[in-house]
Amino acid sequence: MLSHIPLLSLMIWTPLVGAVITLFIGRDGHDNRARWAALITALIGIIYCIPAYIGFNNQDFHMQFQELHPWISVYGINYALGVDGISLPLIFLTSLTTLLVVLAGWQTITFRIGQYMASFLVMSSMVIGVFASLDSVLFYIFWEGMLIPMYLNIGIWGSENRSYASIKFFLYTFFGSALLLVVILYLRIHANSFAITDFYPLKMSMHAQIIVFLGFLLAFAVKVPMWPVHTWLPDAHTEAPAGGSVVLAALMLKLGGYGFLRFSLPIVPDACHMLDKWMIVLSLVAIVYIGLVAIAQVDMKKLIAYSSVAHMGFVTLGSFMIYSIVQATGDVSEAYMSLEGAMVQMIAHAFGSGAMFLGVGVLYHRLHSRLIKDFGGVANTMPVFATLFMIFAMSNVGLPGTAGFVGEFMVILSAFQASFWVAFFAAMTLILGASYTLWMYKRVFFGSVTSAGVDSLTDINMMERLYLMILAAGVLFLGIYPMPLLNMLHATTGHLLQLSLVSKL
Amino acid sequence: MMFITLTNYLIIGAILFGLGMAGMVVNRKNLIALLMCVELMLLAVNTNFIAFSYYHQDITGQIFVFFILAVAAAEAAIGLAILTVLFKHRKTVDVSQLNTLKG
Amino acid sequence: MHATILNLTLIIIFLPLIAGLIAGVFGKTVGRDGAHWVTCTGVAISFLLSLVICKWIYIDQVPAFYGNFYTWSISGRFQFNLGFLIDHLSAVMMAVVTFVSLAVHVYSIGYMHDDPGYQRFFSYISFFTFAMLMLVTANNFLQLYFGWEGVGLISYLLIGFWFKRESANLGSLKAFIVNRVGDMGFLLALAGFICFCDSLDMHTIFSQAPQLAAQSFSIFPGTSCSVVTLLCILSFIGAMGKSAQMPLHVWLPESMEGPTPISALIHAATMVTAGIYLVSRMSPLFEYSNTALSFVLIVGATGALFTGILALVQNDIKRVVAYSTLSQLGYMIAALGASAYGAGIFHLITHAFFKALLFLAAGSVILACHHEQDMRKMGGLYKYLPVTYISFLIGALALCAIPPFSGFYSKDAIIDAVGMTTIFGGHYAYYCVLIGTFVTALYTFRAFFLTFHTTERFDEQTRSHLHESPWVVLIPLIVLAIPSVCAGFILAKPFLYQTPSILDGSIFILPNHNVIAALATHFTGHMQHLLDSFHTLTLWFAIAGIFSAWLFYQRMPNLPAKCAQRFKILYTILIDKYGFDRFNEKVIVKNTRTLADFSFNVADVKILDGIIVNGAGRLVTWFSSVVRRLQSGYLFHYALVMIVGLLGLLFWFIY
Repeated sequence: MLSHIPLLSLMIWTPLVGAVITLFIGRDGHDNRARWAALITALIGIIYCIPAYIGFNNQDFHMQFQELHPWISVYGINYALGVDGISLPLIFLTSLTTLLVVLAGWQTITFRIGQYMASFLVMSSMVIGVFASLDSVLFYIFWEGMLIPMYLNIGIWGSENRSYASIKFFLYTFFGSALLLVVILYLRIHANSFAITDFYPLKMSMHAQIIVFLGFLLAFAVKVPMWPVHTWLPDAHTEAPAGGSVVLAALMLKLGGYGFLRFSLPIVPDACHMLDKWMIVLSLVAIVYIGLVAIAQVDMKKLIAYSSVAHMGFVTLGSFMIYSIVQATGDVSEAYMSLEGAMVQMIAHAFGSGAMFLGVGVLYHRLHSRLIKDFGGVANTMPVFATLFMIFAMSNVGLPGTAGFVGEFMVILSAFQASFWVAFFAAMTLILGASYTLWMYKRVFFGSVTSAGVDSLTDINMMERLYLMILAAGVLFLGIYPMPLLNMLHATTGHLLQLSLVSKL
Repeated sequence: MMFITLTNYLIIGAILFGLGMAGMVVNRKNLIALLMCVELMLLAVNTNFIAFSYYHQDITGQIFVFFILAVAAAEAAIGLAILTVLFKHRKTVDVSQLNTLKG
Repeated sequence: MHATILNLTLIIIFLPLIAGLIAGVFGKTVGRDGAHWVTCTGVAISFLLSLVICKWIYIDQVPAFYGNFYTWSISGRFQFNLGFLIDHLSAVMMAVVTFVSLAVHVYSIGYMHDDPGYQRFFSYISFFTFAMLMLVTANNFLQLYFGWEGVGLISYLLIGFWFKRESANLGSLKAFIVNRVGDMGFLLALAGFICFCDSLDMHTIFSQAPQLAAQSFSIFPGTSCSVVTLLCILSFIGAMGKSAQMPLHVWLPESMEGPTPISALIHAATMVTAGIYLVSRMSPLFEYSNTALSFVLIVGATGALFTGILALVQNDIKRVVAYSTLSQLGYMIAALGASAYGAGIFHLITHAFFKALLFLAAGSVILACHHEQDMRKMGGLYKYLPVTYISFLIGALALCAIPPFSGFYSKDAIIDAVGMTTIFGGHYAYYCVLIGTFVTALYTFRAFFLTFHTTERFDEQTRSHLHESPWVVLIPLIVLAIPSVCAGFILAKPFLYQTPSILDGSIFILPNHNVIAALATHFTGHMQHLLDSFHTLTLWFAIAGIFSAWLFYQRMPNLPAKCAQRFKILYTILIDKYGFDRFNEKVIVKNTRTLADFSFNVADVKILDGIIVNGAGRLVTWFSSVVRRLQSGYLFHYALVMIVGLLGLLFWFIY
């Protein structure tokens, strides 16, 4: 029954339609109508996830819920959709994040609320499109299309330095993805098809693979972001409104990791194998160096942004470590955990970082400052909020029982198989993560009340409580019971490993 | 008897074209002179056309010349009209002051 | 029986969690009374059920339980389960943890009476009990790590319980981060288990110990060590963090910023002993690595002596007890290094009783003196606080290993075991622990005399309010005093001097390391043991210590100051705590922050962002500013360029 409904198309286009409706009925100051329209659209997005979860077959690594319609037949471009175990959790994440940002913007945004909500709905549509596309041109269109609402979001609702940040964000990520198009066209010429799955069996010389790899690398590394192309992120995060930061952290960054898993590893495995040492080194630099940079931050959002970069280092580390592991152990099954750890880390990071950004948004909404020094002793006036934020901080620190632990744990455990030193440097995050997160927590929440502003703070209201509680529940659930997520991943991970470990020379 | 060869015509054409060109580059004062230079260059082209047409015994070239003359006339008319409008607007036809396209 | 043990253990572990949740989440609804009733009841039931399990394991000889109850995750060929290993070792740990926890719960009703964070406090300590029980019952290292980090978190929260105090916040942060340094080692050990044994289950890992000992591994190119040594040392780094061994001990004195019941529960009796538990649990691995054992022995013995000496110059009564804890943990670790796991665990148990007693008694003093902790402002309190006085004295005598108090049995065994061990560092360790007994007695009785005897140094206002603490405070003191006196007498034989000893099922000792068995051959009964002690150096060292304390602080109170004057350098070093804190502050913290600032301000902002990213933008701007000059706006320029271009093309076509 489910196979007859174009579920993925619905997931993609409903938010877009919802966005148009929101824009229209939200005109002329009908703010509440816009809010409700956006909320209902977001809720429909969540409802779609239920049949998707039920109908998804965990055991099958093939693309599921496939849709295929000719689109631009002259060039063989199709409207092809489908999901597997890697993309489906990310689609769920997108729907959930959309709901959360709609809730988070409910009260805090007072300027052009309809357009604000619509920008997130459009973004949701584009991001789901990226995850569900099986055609590389379709993928590329969604990939670039997503930049527009984000650009507007930062540029219109951001804080003081927003125009610099939004332009930097746009140019930086656009620069990265320009080469993606070239690479896609190159692959099209050789594979004679735009379908991503047709790229997989394509034989390529090492030279060609390396060029393709570098093209992918630039596009995806900017999104992840990997060191040293990360500098757009702190600015974009800092200047974006709270909801924008959440979407950036929870969804945008995932696209890079997803790209590595969907394109780089299976399409150019030999190049990945050859250059994996560099990727591991870059990931470790992100973990250690960016961890240090995070300590030096005076702005809460910047601190969380840098910690995002450090956490995403585990995603790239886990993805590219598989070659070393297989080389060291001679056994493919040892590499599962590394790859799955990377995947879990993506989802977990969305919860942890997203929650932290929303938390800072709560504070920013009240005192209009993100600087750590403007706070102090918040726990006195906002005890409930302090408790929830502690849960998120602990997830950021990677405490067992929280989401942040699972991915890091799996990647570090696998890292030892690759090399002791990789594990050693990756494990440095235990110390660095605790240092920057808890030091910030101490300065913001602990101590006696330092200013009249903090004294006047009121604890979180029902709406804030609602979305923070959802996130807290997510953080704890994922930490205590990661099995549903892992079950979804197993079959696809196996298939991906198979593709990534076979030479295509 | 000195025959007038094709080369002689082409040299004349080239000289006329060169004059027009030089006038265009050297003249920095008057827009009317500039228009006249353009006309001169067109005439140089016409000369070449007629010369070729005559020596190749191909009438097409001469038909082209009529077209060009017609176009040149139209162009001159429009050009002068623009020029008058410009003069009304800017009170000058000095080329060195017409640099609003400067990047 | 199998299922019953599992269910019972689940109840024991999750009752405190549920109670803690009720007290924490519904704190407002249940109120202050509700909070302490629900948590105390939870822990009390857990304690009683732990006793039931102890009875089954010890008396009914039920075989050890090893089973999983939950699959946390599966990834590739690795499966991570949660499960229990209920054997002699974990049963006794459960009983001790729940017992001390119960005493502390009850004590806190009185101690925290006026605190606004009452419900929060009870919920924390119940959570702590849950995490600690998870730790000691684990049959795999994942769950152990979960409990390990869980107790670390609660310890962090409780040290910073009074979060308005800057010192408490700094102390808690320091505790967490220093612990994390250890945890990093432990996590690497876990990764090593996965790498070499493909599992985190204890049975699987331990059964492979001989093979691991034969394998070698190279960390630095050109060097190599056996895998088991690597894994043991990495785990021991974790244990050093949690059990506060040098040089990761710096957090424990700072942790005294937390409420006193916490110091008793977490930072004396239970959490800090997690490291000792871990090493004992891993005895099947440690036994195969003499290098690791030597390392453990030397670290432990060094800590036992040198942190003890530091207690001599502390004036805060809680800090004296804290340094004493460091020193006693050193003893336990040294025992483990000497393969005397039984003695280490035995000392852990007796120490849990008498150190909790000492802390709670100190807390009672502090409560009476209105949260004054400086011993220089006390003195002569025995008249006012008789019950506290007696309890403190019992605790002190037990700590100094005076027969027949409990500490005597355990510490005596440790010193003998260390004396008999043959592994590298044994002699050094023996002298350390022996001199340690003198130091222990000296600082303990220094605190005792300064607090309860000598002249009264508090002000009149304090005196007028001075009275014995309420019954909820005193009952735990009495309850703890009983085992402090007699636990040694009762438990010494089963733990140390019978074969097979009570822990034999859980602990593995290679025959040539088995010093405890050698000790047991000399054991001929309790009376004889007591009499023999008068022939040993240990007792006389302890008595000398007590006498010196009496001489210095009671009899000639001017002497200490003179000594401090005389041995100024030594005194400065001690006040400076051997410079560990200063080193951490000046070198590690400062350089990390400098490096962080450099990484951010120079590398990231100036070079990456300033020169490369914004530089690229500036380059484009500059280039366009050059190129725009071509666009002069003059017709004749454009014409010229057109013509030149035309000519250029012409030439290009022709040639």
